[in-house]
Amino acid sequence: MAIEVRIPTILRTYTDGEKSVTGEGANLSALIDDLEGSHPGIKDRLLDDGDLRRFVNVYVNDEDVRFIGGLEAELKDGDQVVVLPAVAGG
Amino acid sequence: MLRLDQATYDGIVAHAKRDHPDEACGIVAGPEGSDRAERLVEMVNAAGSPTFYEFDSTDLFQLYKEMDANDEEPVVVYHSHTATEAYPSRTDIGLAMEPNAHYVLVSTREHGNNDGPVEFRSYRIVDGEVTEEAVEIGPQSTRSSA
Repeated sequence: MAIEVRIPTILRTYTDGEKSVTGEGANLSALIDDLEGSHPGIKDRLLDDGDLRRFVNVYVNDEDVRFIGGLEAELKDGDQVVVLPAVAGG
Repeated sequence: MLRLDQATYDGIVAHAKRDHPDEACGIVAGPEGSDRAERLVEMVNAAGSPTFYEFDSTDLFQLYKEMDANDEEPVVVYHSHTATEAYPSRTDIGLAMEPNAHYVLVSTREHGNNDGPVEFRSYRIVDGEVTEEAVEIGPQSTRSSA
């Protein structure tokens, strides 16, 4: 089971500069745990107190995961996950 | 230093004036690694607020997909302040997630939707550290003359 995960510039320090890595998991939560194993530190940049950070967007096959179950969003082999920090400010 | 052509500069200023009193936001994309601000993309401020801006999450995804397909990156990320100076707020600094981008701030507090000068300033924001830089308006250095 392989899921491609696109990594934004700001988080490539955790992936040796790679734009894209692969991981596995039956849902987003499991995938993030798997990524943490191969890229320690990345989990904390995605989650806060066990939930997705407010200003981090995660998409599964073009859909914002907030609309498809958040961390429980189901994943399958061949899915593409994209992580994008929000562009926001005051 | 940030170099912008006149049309791009004018486009950003016009967007900021049009959306006043809400904050306007957008990017200028350019070829990855080139530092050339070439393609102005106005974004909708999903927050629709005079004190906050945020790209809509679906728009954001489409934008990055498009830039990815074009081998582009956000060379400039701009937004306006409508009641305060053109300096990054604490929120701006905390949420600045594009270490390679020039963060442009335009303040429309002086003339609002009307004609008249605006403050137009540019910054690097890396790891919470803000560094102002000069802005030069003029012809963009092109591939042929580079």
